[in-house]
Amino acid sequence: MAHVETLQKRMTFGELGLLITFGLLAFASIIIFARAWTPEYAFHALLFAAGSIAAVFAIGNRYLDRPAAPPPQTIDGKPNYNLGPIKFATIAAVVWGVAGFLVGLIIALQLAYPWLNLDLPWISFGRLRPLHTSAVIFAFGGNVLIGSSLYVVQRTCRARLAGDLAPWFVVLGYNFFIVVAGTGYLLGITQSKEYAEPEWYSDLWLTVVWVVYLLVYLATIWKRKEPHIFVANWFYLAFILTIAVLHLGNNATIPLSLFSPKSYIVWAGVQDAMVQWWYGHNAVGFFLTAGFLGLMYYFVPKRAERPIYSYRLSIIHFWALIFLYIWAGPHHLHYTALPDWAQTLGMTFSVMLWMPSWGGMINGLMTLSGAWDKLRTDPVLRMMAVSVAFYGMSTFEGPMMSVKAVNSLSHYTDWTIGHVHSGALGWVAYISFGAVYCLVPWLWNRPGLYSLRLVNWHFWISTLGIVLYVSAMWVSGILQGLMWRAYTALGFLEYSFIETVEAMHPFYVIRALGGLLFLVGGLIMAWNIWKTIVAVEPQSTSDSGQPALVPAE
Amino acid sequence: MAETYMALASFAQTWGLVYFVAMFLVVLVYALNPRRQQQFDEAARLPLKED
Repeated sequence: MAHVETLQKRMTFGELGLLITFGLLAFASIIIFARAWTPEYAFHALLFAAGSIAAVFAIGNRYLDRPAAPPPQTIDGKPNYNLGPIKFATIAAVVWGVAGFLVGLIIALQLAYPWLNLDLPWISFGRLRPLHTSAVIFAFGGNVLIGSSLYVVQRTCRARLAGDLAPWFVVLGYNFFIVVAGTGYLLGITQSKEYAEPEWYSDLWLTVVWVVYLLVYLATIWKRKEPHIFVANWFYLAFILTIAVLHLGNNATIPLSLFSPKSYIVWAGVQDAMVQWWYGHNAVGFFLTAGFLGLMYYFVPKRAERPIYSYRLSIIHFWALIFLYIWAGPHHLHYTALPDWAQTLGMTFSVMLWMPSWGGMINGLMTLSGAWDKLRTDPVLRMMAVSVAFYGMSTFEGPMMSVKAVNSLSHYTDWTIGHVHSGALGWVAYISFGAVYCLVPWLWNRPGLYSLRLVNWHFWISTLGIVLYVSAMWVSGILQGLMWRAYTALGFLEYSFIETVEAMHPFYVIRALGGLLFLVGGLIMAWNIWKTIVAVEPQSTSDSGQPALVPAE
Repeated sequence: MAETYMALASFAQTWGLVYFVAMFLVVLVYALNPRRQQQFDEAARLPLKED
């Protein structure tokens, strides 16, 4: 191998550039730390400084340890897939998932038993609630999306991931954003915009990470060996691109100072509300729907070992979904100062979304045709089939709730919470669990999961949890809505606000029980994944997977 | 200001509609064209292909 050793080791442009960038960022963070207006912001500046210094050391050590030549694109004619960042994202997803479910359980109990706020500002409901939503949506869901998308794009393009440090920057940088955002909520740093709580400096950091993510994804598709761009990649791309646009649009803020965490949006009032729900609903549409449909179109056929039921329908599903979703946001602002025509527009597009959503659900479920028997024997596939069914159910409920007449009853009640959780627990979390259960043995090269029986336990315990959660919130929400609009014969409101709260208490307890079951399911998964990863390596590494035969002597 | 608003709104409500319908028709023609039958059948099996 003399020709390899003669190759002189040089720092790549990316390595050198990142070293300098992180060095400068560390320096700037220390200055901001010294001059910060609030101790909370100083803490975050310190986090940035520590992260940057750690990055400098990591990149430097990696350079010293690595061989001179870059990793090969192919080995023996097969693509040399880059799996390291995907492994990290998968483990992060499981860890954040369990943490997010736990915080959800805590705030469910706080609603039922308010003394659990313990009179401490850091763990009061108002701060823990965004911690829960961000942990499950962005930390758990985001890591599943990033990890699975980087896996699917490589497999369906038959090409190694573009970039050397870039994929690691995306995965680690995104998780650093999660840490900054989450600790910020506990310390009281927030923009008070739903699903867009992080302040300007976290937003800027996320923008950089997200643009690199988009570039890695596009560059990998660019160098694909497969002529056709598989439909899952279209869904993932729509997710990445739209989230970038939404994030930039909804965070057009001006900070008070470089040394202050506080910023103000450039528009105010109803315009801000409109942009916020354009962002908020499309976070549902493109983060929680389009992205996870990318998972559905890869992992369901793969696990069922059946082709996609109708590839044509998948194309129409994609274009119809993205054309319609972007207009549905105003249904969050029914009966507000938003112009009436904008409300009607939001409602109409939401109702039209029925068609692509159900087209997609049918396509996902019918992919199982010829493999229905596997639902009995394979709990992972069953989990994904149930997730697609929940997708159909919540995309039926959503448009219904967007109709103004229904919304006048459901808005601001627990019905909305129930709807969101049938989508989040039933659809997003279940398709994610299914994908993680598929991915872990593939990534760590194991013959299978540690235990399919544990998956079965996870499935049934969590399903019971979802049923308890959603049905409790339906009853509670409709009860609450009806009590709010009840009048006496003399035209006075029949119930005071606190009476509605008292009436909802039993359902809050049932909801917390549902959340507990869902958390137990998550813990079972974490245990199963852990045991799968630490299982002893399969003995034979030969291609056949069969032990080599030794001739008798 | 009001005139600009009306002009933009009426443009969006007419040509915007035409544009979206036309784009959707292009998608339908692309997706349902029988000549792509074989290509799409292969694409539907893409996740099942091993290296």
